[in-house]
Amino acid sequence: MASYILKRLLAAIPVILGITVIVFLIMSLIPGDPATAILGSYATPENVEKLNRDLGLDKPLFQQYFIWLGNMVQGDFGRSFSLNRPVLDEVLERFGATLILAGTSLVLCSILGILAGVISAARQYGAADKAITFVVLIGISIPSFFLGMMMILVFAVNLRWLPVSGMYAIYGGGDLPDLVRHLIMPATALAVVATGVIARLSRSAMLEVLRQDFIRTARAKGVRESRVVWRHALKAAMVSIIPVIGVQAGFVLSGAVYIETVFQWPGVGRMLVTAILTRDILLVQGGVVIVAACYVLFNLAVDVAQSLLDPRVKT
Amino acid sequence: MTDTLRIRDLDKRFGGGRGLLGFGKEKPSVHAVQSASLDVARGQTLGIVGESGCGKSTLARMIVGLLPPSAGTIEIEGVNYAERAGRDPAAFGKVIQYVFQDPLSSLNPRKTIRQILEAPLKRLHRMPAEQRAARIAEILDAVNLRPEFLDRYPHEFSGGQAQRIGIARALAAAPRILVLDEPVSALDVSVQAQVLNLLSQLREEFDLTYLFISHDLAVVEAVADRVAVMYFGAIVELAPAREIFARPRHHYTALLARSAPVVGRPLAAPEAADAELPDPLNPPPGCAFARRCPAATEICHRTKPPLEDHGTGHHAACHHPAR
Amino acid sequence: MSVAASLRLFARNRLAAAGGVLLVVVVVIALLAPVLPLADPYAQDTANKFLRPFSDGHLLGTDHLGRDILSRLIWGTRLSLVVGLVASFGAAFFGSTIGIVAGYFGGRVDNWLMRGIDMLMAFPYILLALAIVAALGPGLVNALIAVSVVNIPFFARNIRGVTVTLAHKEFVDAARLAGMTDLRIMTSEILPNVLPVIVIAMSTTVGWMILETAGLSFLGLGSQPPVADLGSMLGEGRNALITDPHASIIPGLMIFVIVMSVNLMGDGIRDALDPRLRSGALTRPMARTTVDRDSVPEPPADPALLDLQDLRTEFRVGKRTLKALSGVTLQVRAGECLGLIGESGSGKSVTALSVMGLVASPPGVIAGGAVRYAGQEVLGAPFSELRKLRGDRISYIFQDPLATLHPLFTVGDQIVEAIQSHHAVPRAEARARALALLEAVRIPNADRRMDDFPHELSGGMRQRVGIAMALVNEPDLIIADEPTTALDVTVQAQILALLDDLRRERDVAILFITHDFGVVAQLCDRIAVMYAGRIVETGPTAEILAAPAHPYTRRLIACVPELGGGRRELHAIPGLPPAVDDLPDGCAFAPRCDKATEACRRGEIALEGFGPSRALRCLHPEIAPEEARA
Repeated sequence: MASYILKRLLAAIPVILGITVIVFLIMSLIPGDPATAILGSYATPENVEKLNRDLGLDKPLFQQYFIWLGNMVQGDFGRSFSLNRPVLDEVLERFGATLILAGTSLVLCSILGILAGVISAARQYGAADKAITFVVLIGISIPSFFLGMMMILVFAVNLRWLPVSGMYAIYGGGDLPDLVRHLIMPATALAVVATGVIARLSRSAMLEVLRQDFIRTARAKGVRESRVVWRHALKAAMVSIIPVIGVQAGFVLSGAVYIETVFQWPGVGRMLVTAILTRDILLVQGGVVIVAACYVLFNLAVDVAQSLLDPRVKT
Repeated sequence: MTDTLRIRDLDKRFGGGRGLLGFGKEKPSVHAVQSASLDVARGQTLGIVGESGCGKSTLARMIVGLLPPSAGTIEIEGVNYAERAGRDPAAFGKVIQYVFQDPLSSLNPRKTIRQILEAPLKRLHRMPAEQRAARIAEILDAVNLRPEFLDRYPHEFSGGQAQRIGIARALAAAPRILVLDEPVSALDVSVQAQVLNLLSQLREEFDLTYLFISHDLAVVEAVADRVAVMYFGAIVELAPAREIFARPRHHYTALLARSAPVVGRPLAAPEAADAELPDPLNPPPGCAFARRCPAATEICHRTKPPLEDHGTGHHAACHHPAR
Repeated sequence: MSVAASLRLFARNRLAAAGGVLLVVVVVIALLAPVLPLADPYAQDTANKFLRPFSDGHLLGTDHLGRDILSRLIWGTRLSLVVGLVASFGAAFFGSTIGIVAGYFGGRVDNWLMRGIDMLMAFPYILLALAIVAALGPGLVNALIAVSVVNIPFFARNIRGVTVTLAHKEFVDAARLAGMTDLRIMTSEILPNVLPVIVIAMSTTVGWMILETAGLSFLGLGSQPPVADLGSMLGEGRNALITDPHASIIPGLMIFVIVMSVNLMGDGIRDALDPRLRSGALTRPMARTTVDRDSVPEPPADPALLDLQDLRTEFRVGKRTLKALSGVTLQVRAGECLGLIGESGSGKSVTALSVMGLVASPPGVIAGGAVRYAGQEVLGAPFSELRKLRGDRISYIFQDPLATLHPLFTVGDQIVEAIQSHHAVPRAEARARALALLEAVRIPNADRRMDDFPHELSGGMRQRVGIAMALVNEPDLIIADEPTTALDVTVQAQILALLDDLRRERDVAILFITHDFGVVAQLCDRIAVMYAGRIVETGPTAEILAAPAHPYTRRLIACVPELGGGRRELHAIPGLPPAVDDLPDGCAFAPRCDKATEACRRGEIALEGFGPSRALRCLHPEIAPEEARA
């Protein structure tokens, strides 16, 4: 198992390099003078020239890439001109907030989604199945940012149960209960779509598995029906559900961009949107690379979980 | 008598090679077919018998040019085709055609029978439309199918009918040789005989040469002039059909003949339980069958026996042939 | 499959149809936007900002600049729909092309293309979209490009998967041999087969893409003022969410309505085009076969170990009823081996599965007859009773041991479970018993094999595990459904010999289902021959093989090629077995029988005693009853 993890870690290196290449290539599409773009239109000509030298922008494209890569490996992602602080510091600080939000959502949607899917499949065409299918349909059709706004209107503005936005109360907040109160609405809004997707997939994965010959074998052995569903079928279905959870993690991270904007959550998503609108290119570049690299590592963990579950995966 | 098909030292290795970028350490390889040599005279049927994984389908796919061999020659009517195998299937298509095991998966579900039968006429022979129609009618008649079937889709046919369509498609290319890869093993016995009898008629009618692959000894015996037995990628015995099952020389052939369930013979396990194929990634140095063989001696585990003539065209690869 | 059938299926799905109608309404209104009497969507009137819905002249009110929301909503819908569709087509085109090329060529081409796709997938998709928008600058077209690009991997992967399966189909080899070029094979052989998958993938992602472009606009990265799609209307409205919620609720609801109707329709299209769904295959079988019978036959005077009485099992698919079994009657006595023989479609496997209610249901229904174990009716018994019989008194061995063993549990655990489902024994004891059985079925190194997974064993070894599992509770009867069909002949011989030894040692009865006369002859005491869902002849093996009485039996035996016959013409039975949804009156074999007369094609022909120990369903037997002895 250790050697498998090591092998996967090594295999992740070219993927992360690939990510940097893609980001670099996309950023090289920026029209006009990159230094001006990076420093903003109020930059002095001296600063522009200095930056051009520092980043090697006078050099050929592939050399520029290696200079950029070299700097990143040393932890230098450049400075954000709009915030006037190192990109790495800003991204790491914001990423923590995003992880709290997205992590909570991911746990929430995995548990609820799988439960709903299994129940739905086991009672196919029954009342529970129909109800779940209907709720799921609404869940995957509603824009999360719209849902968030409606939750604010109902639970924060009208009922005054929960705070409107932010991560902590401005005065006297900062402890865990305060965080939880602020987390409930955004985490729920963020989880809705992914719950729907996981529920649908779990349902069809379960239906697929329940038709398999080995389920008939279990029944022919006289295994209790609850055990057939929750042990035999679910375990086999998890083989196709786990990768979906991996993909959904990406969707939850993506949805966080909207939710952070709606709820003023101080995460990396909102940072990126602001950075794009202020043309703070280095901040965008650094943020994308760091978050994508973390996502690659997360998917690696998903693969490991998969290999623990399924002995047929070559370790 | 000239041989229509001559194969010399045909070899296939799978795997091996290196990683994505062409470097790194060599991957393990499997020697799927080990220097097979065969001759088939015009108008004859050569049966190839073996169990799953023995390499018989790989051999067949090389002979029809769907798979490039690692080494060796494939001569059809005196011309060597080996260079073109896997690169130019059309060159093969004009002289040799394939009838597949699963009749339904060998027909594109989204094409009518007419479209399926027209493809070889159009692509291989560039035949104009009116000639095509006449030719298709002729072939359809030869395989006993009604002309109204032409505009139907494959899923509307039973297995036996679908297999006849597969045979008709192969015939449409006007080949010299047909490779029949388990053509009846997906069919019920009562239908099996229909297709087998049709095949033997067609062989006379179109002056064809057959390569008939099967795991069923009784079927092969009923249709073949000569039979080759394959085990673990190699031809271990090659002899006239009457000879090979009546007086097998190789112990594997004998085991096959004993294993076939036969009415009137009492049940008895012909060998011990752990009789399994050797690991293809790590093949034994000697005879691959030695571990299961009742007559095996020390030499069998050490050196591979060559395929030798034991008189009257009866070849066997065995150090201690049965009498 | 025909277009008409797909359309019918789609229309039958009421939800999908409702979604379709809703979507058509929305699309028509959006298309008519230029000719509808709408206010100018860009005309500002700051004096009348944030008018409530149903105000004078502004049906849905006005926004923060006093612009008419209804007009902006319709124009915005138009924009959102176009952008979503174009993005979807773009992603589908490029993704499918990559997928088909990678899947068809395989090898290095596949490797490189899919590595590239993996790189794109390594991003949480919005990061990639944000990076693209950051580089190209905010704007609707750039947002469209971004959404399209990030969805390419989805199509590429899906289509590649389907293409790989297709590229290994034999019809592609046949096309190569018919002289087709690679390009032609991809466009004329592969593409028509993947097209439904592309359509399904599109119909399930269009909604998603509309949502995504709306999202980018919502963030201010898509459409730029004054032009507004639904997303940017929502984004603008958000600033006044608390004071004037209607400016956000209206565009938000519109997005929801569009996406939901697209999703509903997409599901409908998927269900209509996916052939597996159409055959009803995606319904899961219930724990037992549904029983729907008018009456239960009287118990037999002389009950055997197992009695099947006039058993009728049907498959009800839509309006069609396939009568797989039309009245099967047979007996298995304690300790005997009965061979049930027939060709595919004769109903032999359905008979086997009906005994313990294991026929997949839906669509299977037991529509008549009874199954009695030691005189007790089984089909009508409560499920808990049936479950207690399954695997304990009556157990099964199935055909393909790779598919019938659970891939994720060790073989030891699966045998232990069979014990513990019926007997409260400690795990250690159950394991010891499982080990003893693995040894009894002669698995070498059984103690090590206990912890192996099924895929780590060879086919023959897996079937030995299947046999051990069937024997573990010392059942009275084993139902073996073609247990050696998937195996090579040399392995088959071993398994048959093993079964024969075990049944004599343990005195267990076997109902052995097969299509192979050689196997039956060697293993079974008695034979029952099935044709078109009925038993046509039954009796002691030696007698029937020596002197078959039913014309079908005689001719079927003649068809079987036997080793030692030399090169020859083989016997065939002309014609095909009848379709089970259209069985002829009288004897089902009559159309293929050379002895058939008018009487054979009328009424019911009963299975009647024939000689001392046989039974026959035929008016013109091959032999006289007094000859019916071995």
